[in-house]
Amino acid sequence: MKQFVPVRWNVAILAACLLLYPLLFSDPFYLDIGVTFLLAAISASAWNIVGGYAGQVSVGHSMFFGVGAYAPLLFYTLFGWTPVAGIPFGIAASIVLAIVIGVPTFRLKGHYFSMATIAVAELIRIFFGTWQFVGAAIGLQGPATARGWWDLTFRSEVPYYYIFLAVLGILLGLTYAIERRRFGYSLRAIKAGERAARSLGVPVQLAKMRALVLSATFTSIAGSLYSLKTGFIDPDSGFGILISVQMVIIAALGGAGTLYGPLVGAAILIPLQTATNTWFGGGGSGLTYILYGGIIVLIARFEPGGVFELWHHIIPQRWRSKLAA
Amino acid sequence: MLLLQVIVGGLLLGAIYALFSSGLTLIWGMMNFINFAHGEFVMLGMYVALLVVLWFGGGPAVFSFASAFALFVLGVVIYASLIRYVLRGPMLSQILSTFGLALLLRYTVFFIFSANFVSLPQTSLSGTVNVGGILMPVPQLVAGVVAIILTVGLHLLLTRTTVGSKLLAVSEDRNAAMLMGIRPDRMQALAWGLSAGAAGIAGALMATAYPWSPSVGETFGLTAFVVVALGGFGSVPGALYAGLIIGLIQALSAFWFGPIYKDIVVYALFVVLLWLRPQGLMGKA
Repeated sequence: MKQFVPVRWNVAILAACLLLYPLLFSDPFYLDIGVTFLLAAISASAWNIVGGYAGQVSVGHSMFFGVGAYAPLLFYTLFGWTPVAGIPFGIAASIVLAIVIGVPTFRLKGHYFSMATIAVAELIRIFFGTWQFVGAAIGLQGPATARGWWDLTFRSEVPYYYIFLAVLGILLGLTYAIERRRFGYSLRAIKAGERAARSLGVPVQLAKMRALVLSATFTSIAGSLYSLKTGFIDPDSGFGILISVQMVIIAALGGAGTLYGPLVGAAILIPLQTATNTWFGGGGSGLTYILYGGIIVLIARFEPGGVFELWHHIIPQRWRSKLAA
Repeated sequence: MLLLQVIVGGLLLGAIYALFSSGLTLIWGMMNFINFAHGEFVMLGMYVALLVVLWFGGGPAVFSFASAFALFVLGVVIYASLIRYVLRGPMLSQILSTFGLALLLRYTVFFIFSANFVSLPQTSLSGTVNVGGILMPVPQLVAGVVAIILTVGLHLLLTRTTVGSKLLAVSEDRNAAMLMGIRPDRMQALAWGLSAGAAGIAGALMATAYPWSPSVGETFGLTAFVVVALGGFGSVPGALYAGLIIGLIQALSAFWFGPIYKDIVVYALFVVLLWLRPQGLMGKA
């Protein structure tokens, strides 16, 4: 029992910090960073289920994000529904996509899944750019002003902050539960060695498929939250390669396949991104991408376990045991 | 007649697809490794050609050779400094390494040259020839024919020479090859050099005939995936046939449905292929 106490303290402190953040930093600039951080953490945690725990590296998760982002605004544009009502349709479409990709590629080993994700994401991005039904290259817009509370269109960032925080809480709780259940062990066994896992009776294909569907669902929700907040979506902000890159880099930076990895990664990357955007003036010059590319290569080359492992290398064993005590 | 012209144009472009895709398939077949930055190698080959023409002048033979050489060196350097270390690492770092490299290369070029389309200044290759009623631009014709010759040459190098046998030996059994006095590291570095060099010269050939921008690398990279998936992983002859088929399909879909649909049709074909025949046309199951 004693063993679990420090963990719960950590959770309580983390939760308190996240809950109090809008009260301590009420300046819109810092609130915006907070909201961006939460959204990035949700997306990366969703990616983490299939990419981190199961080791099936998707480089095209923007397809789920984009579908989730388009659905609310599409149903608003077509029928004038509240954007929230579109969320389940986004999830359904994402699950269909997950099945289309997962069923053929999960039978095969290795890189097929990664290749299929990037090809399908690009296919959908180009297709949405030419499809008039979803606004082609111009995209879709949400309600300009809220018709009622049910539109979830707020002037202030604070309500979004707490909605996003609640979703992140649910997702992390779910991931924690998975981690400790048979399903979680199956996923990690698959990551460590697929053939060995199969020989020990792990239903490899089914487990990978469940992980992908779960991951797609939450990525789609993240996309819906994004378009609810911005009230606008176009092919690049929904399906752009940067969306996928960000999920991968945040999870890998913090530690792919760990519960708090995506949180740590987002806490490092989002302020860094805000800083580079302020210094270099937006993403137009491509410097953000150069930075991301460089970080990804360095992680892959030197520290595939993310900063968590880096920490273990830097801090000597004795220190760590003192800190833990 | 117009349709016939479209078909010939598609096949000539497909020949270049075959050339750079054979580089991708070589790495896959030998190391079971996917290079997400392969399209960027093609793009770099184009810019090397441009710089050589702008700085030193010279004809297509000069800048094609320069692109091939520059990319060969880059391929060896990337192998020695990055790939060698991630090859034995987890899947995550294998995929992230070249994926990050692709972003790094693409946006560094983007930063230096901006997003604008560029094309080579008028070279000695220009004009059109009339072959039996079909009007073919000379640059496309030369680029396509040279690409086929080089792809066949790469295949012969891999199957008919001592170096090719050594490469094959390393890909079949690394340890056994070491016992035979072959240095696997050196052979794998050579394979990366050949792969990147093929992409570089394909880029230079394409630069003679088409304008381009830094973002073409992404399209070429995905096209190479589709070609390799269709032709079978690790098969150079497969890449040749598949490259020609993909070029043809692109040209026909652009002709019938409109230019924006040419990539959509090819990527959709990839998804269908994954469902029906994941080992490719000539690949082993």
